[in-house]
Amino acid sequence: MYAVVAAKQLSEAVFRMDILAPEIARKRKAGQFVILKIDEKGERIPLTIVDSDPVRGTITIIYQVVGKTTAAMSALKEGDAFQDVQGPLGNPTEIEVFGHAVCVGGGVGVGVIYPITKALKEKGNRVTSIIGARTKDLIILESEMRAASDELVVCTDDGSYGFNGFVSAVLQQIIDRGEKIDHVFAIGPVPMMRVIANLTRPYAIPTTVSLNPIMVDATGMCGACRVEVGGKTKFTCVDGPEFDGHQVNFDLLASRLRMYCEEEKQSYEKHRCGWNGN
Amino acid sequence: METEPKKEKKEKVPRQKMPEQAPQERIANFNEVPLGYSPETAILEAKRCIQCKKPGCIEGCPVDVRIPEFIKRIAEGDFLGAARKLKETNGLPAVCGRVCPQEDQCEKFCILGKKGEPVAIGRLERFAADYERDTNQVVVPEKPAPNGKKIAVVGAGPSGLTIAGDLVKLGYEVTIFEALHKAGGVLVYGIPEFRLPKAIVEAEVDYLRGLGVKIVLNALVGRIKTVDELFEEGYDAVYLAVGAGAPVFMNIPGENLNGIYSANEYLTRSNLMKAYRFPEYDTPIVRGKNVAVVGGGNVAMDSVRTALRLGADNAYIIYRRSETEMPARIEEVHHAREEGVQFKLLTNPVEYLGDKDGWVTGIRCLRMELGEPDASGRRSPVPVVGSEFVIDVDTVVVAVGTMANPIVPSTTPGLETNRWGYIVTKGESGETTRKGVYAGGDIVTGSATVILAMGAGRKAAQAIDAYLSGKK
Ligand SMILES: Cc1cc2nc3c(=O)[nH]c(=O)nc-3n(C[C@H](O)[C@H](O)[C@H](O)COP(=O)(O)OP(=O)(O)OC[C@H]3O[C@@H](n4cnc5c(N)ncnc54)[C@H](O)[C@@H]3O)c2cc1C
Ligand SMILES: Cc1cc2nc3c(=O)[nH]c(=O)nc-3n(C[C@H](O)[C@H](O)[C@H](O)COP(=O)(O)OP(=O)(O)OC[C@H]3O[C@@H](n4cnc5c(N)ncnc54)[C@H](O)[C@@H]3O)c2cc1C
Ligand code: SF4
Ligand code: FES
Repeated sequence: MYAVVAAKQLSEAVFRMDILAPEIARKRKAGQFVILKIDEKGERIPLTIVDSDPVRGTITIIYQVVGKTTAAMSALKEGDAFQDVQGPLGNPTEIEVFGHAVCVGGGVGVGVIYPITKALKEKGNRVTSIIGARTKDLIILESEMRAASDELVVCTDDGSYGFNGFVSAVLQQIIDRGEKIDHVFAIGPVPMMRVIANLTRPYAIPTTVSLNPIMVDATGMCGACRVEVGGKTKFTCVDGPEFDGHQVNFDLLASRLRMYCEEEKQSYEKHRCGWNGN
Repeated sequence: METEPKKEKKEKVPRQKMPEQAPQERIANFNEVPLGYSPETAILEAKRCIQCKKPGCIEGCPVDVRIPEFIKRIAEGDFLGAARKLKETNGLPAVCGRVCPQEDQCEKFCILGKKGEPVAIGRLERFAADYERDTNQVVVPEKPAPNGKKIAVVGAGPSGLTIAGDLVKLGYEVTIFEALHKAGGVLVYGIPEFRLPKAIVEAEVDYLRGLGVKIVLNALVGRIKTVDELFEEGYDAVYLAVGAGAPVFMNIPGENLNGIYSANEYLTRSNLMKAYRFPEYDTPIVRGKNVAVVGGGNVAMDSVRTALRLGADNAYIIYRRSETEMPARIEEVHHAREEGVQFKLLTNPVEYLGDKDGWVTGIRCLRMELGEPDASGRRSPVPVVGSEFVIDVDTVVVAVGTMANPIVPSTTPGLETNRWGYIVTKGESGETTRKGVYAGGDIVTGSATVILAMGAGRKAAQAIDAYLSGKK
């Protein structure tokens, strides 16, 4: 059993949790994830390891409630436990000295990009970060991101806080300013990653995205997580989760994320299908 | 159906039939299909064994089960004695009795089979093992004095479980690292409940725990720790039994459409995650009405029979050769046919068709005819020009084989693999190109059988013992 050490609500549908998993806490690197299973009857769901404390032996996850499992998780309190936590999984992010890196995070994707941002900064890169959400209350990790970046721009779709508009508009402004960008990391809803990849392509700015297909085993055994990159089928759990955004077939990813809409409605009536699928 | 053997003079008692759930009944549940012999039937069948002086059956068994000896005990009504005799060489008799391809192994060499029908060795094996377990008479042997050496086993499939049992009995401290949340490998995620009830695998795993084997679940070696790190932690030898669990796709257009599964995913959702009990269990699975399974092996049969039980109106096997070449066990094909599976033979998919939402709607196929035998000795299929046609489907399961999982080899420097990614070993010892690292099972041979994976574990146990006790 893997005990919940702390649980906190960050915004309307986004929660943060620290879980006791000492070996994973010691081993994990930026970009990696875990598979969680609440109990005997639970589904195996992948979530990024946002942070860890090797001394306390905890890992931190940040998740958005979208369906049955994440809803059940949001009811877990300190002292409750997960039956299974498997990880760390996936390849760590390749953190290099790029020069100027721009980290773009949307919605709960900010949780996923935060450890990467931190690692890029620690490696000595100049980091500009752009984070966004629908509205002010949904912005997460603002102070953490600010601390991990040289510059941070916050955007809201409704203009309730920071820049009024999409994260892509801010990235465009930076490019238009003539500033040199050596690498872009973009993590968030599929449509957002697609827009960012399309934006950087004509400028040939290398762009890394982190894909979130449906997974089962996350060991390369089932093929559920297959995505198309550069016209080839890849397994996200062993080949990813990060890929060259310019090569990803986002239509296919979005479509495959909708595969279980009907079934998921059955197991979680109030659910809103496809927060990420479109 | 069991064909009645011709009444030979010597063979008065025919091979005893296995009672089974009726096809109409069983396609509506996931319970085991064969129901098992009664004690009376088992004794009757056991008495058919003529107790050959030089039994060929033993040579047909990869782990040398003392077949006539265990059968003799059943004939005498000593069922527990039979079970214990079995366990001297086979750690998982209840499993093997159910899933071994007996017709190609032990039973193939039974002298009775020359004229009539061989002794039902597998069914007797199952009977004895079930008897011991069902009557709660499994005894855990006394633990030997620890010899102070530690072994890490990677993967809790039949190969890893077998070596763990053998080594712990020799006094080693054994820890199994398993990537998934349940031990058993293909036995828990691949082979369906209706062929191998999971409770049986669990009982075997509990028995190993009772022997003192430590099993660390949720531990993917290569990510949580590498083979080198295992040595740093003080393990004296490592056995790699990670299986061949990576799905193969055919790389034809449309293969990533929604509703197209690999057999591994389809079966894992259903077996390991119990999706057939959705929404009681959280993991969903598509309950297609028109389901096609591509392939002709046991994995394809397991998938297509699962599809029927999930409520398919039409469940097809699409196979590019004819039934004669089909690699699945005859019994499995027979079970599938009884249950209403439709066989589209000499048929090869060339493209998947989808709707605007990205869901599969049909398979464009070519008719095939058989040409000359290929390297494997099977006649190779050749497409018939202009024979294209479409099969309407809403779900497809691709069951055309598996490959080596790359995670351990790619994180273990100096571990040699062949051009298909399987680990290279020296002979039967399982010794790899890395000192102290042994490997066996599907990751060495490619997809094979449970008993061969177990046999490899057994041989590697001897090799590791020899290596660590300085006998070599
Ligand atoms: C490598 C990886 C890392 C991830 N990291 C995070 C993270 O840090 N925080 C976070 O909130 N989420 C993350 N996700 C997505 C997360 O796994 C899903 O939101 C979760 O599985 C939904 O489970 P559920 O049972 O609550 O919802 P379900 O009932 O399973 O799904 C409800 C709806 O959510 C959508 N959905 C299902 N699975 C996914 C998925 N894998 N990705 C996107 N949408 C999905 C579908 O549209 C579905 O219809 C990650 C996914 C992957 C593959
Ligand atoms: C659907 C299906 C039906 C079959 N039917 C039959 C049958 O009727 N009769 C028969 O004899 N054979 C059958 N087989 C074949 C048989 O199951 C295999 O040959 C056998 O299971 C191989 O055993 P193994 O121990 O080598 O590997 P596996 O059973 O594949 O076990 C490997 C284990 O290692 C784990 N693992 C993988 N990588 C790692 C890692 N890096 N770290 C930690 N753990 C890891 C996996 O999760 C898995 O649990 C069938 C196979 C399938 C798929
Ligand atoms: S283990 Fe398999 S091959 Fe050996 S006797 Fe039993 S059924 Fe036959
Ligand atoms: S999740 Fe099964 S192969 Fe990636």
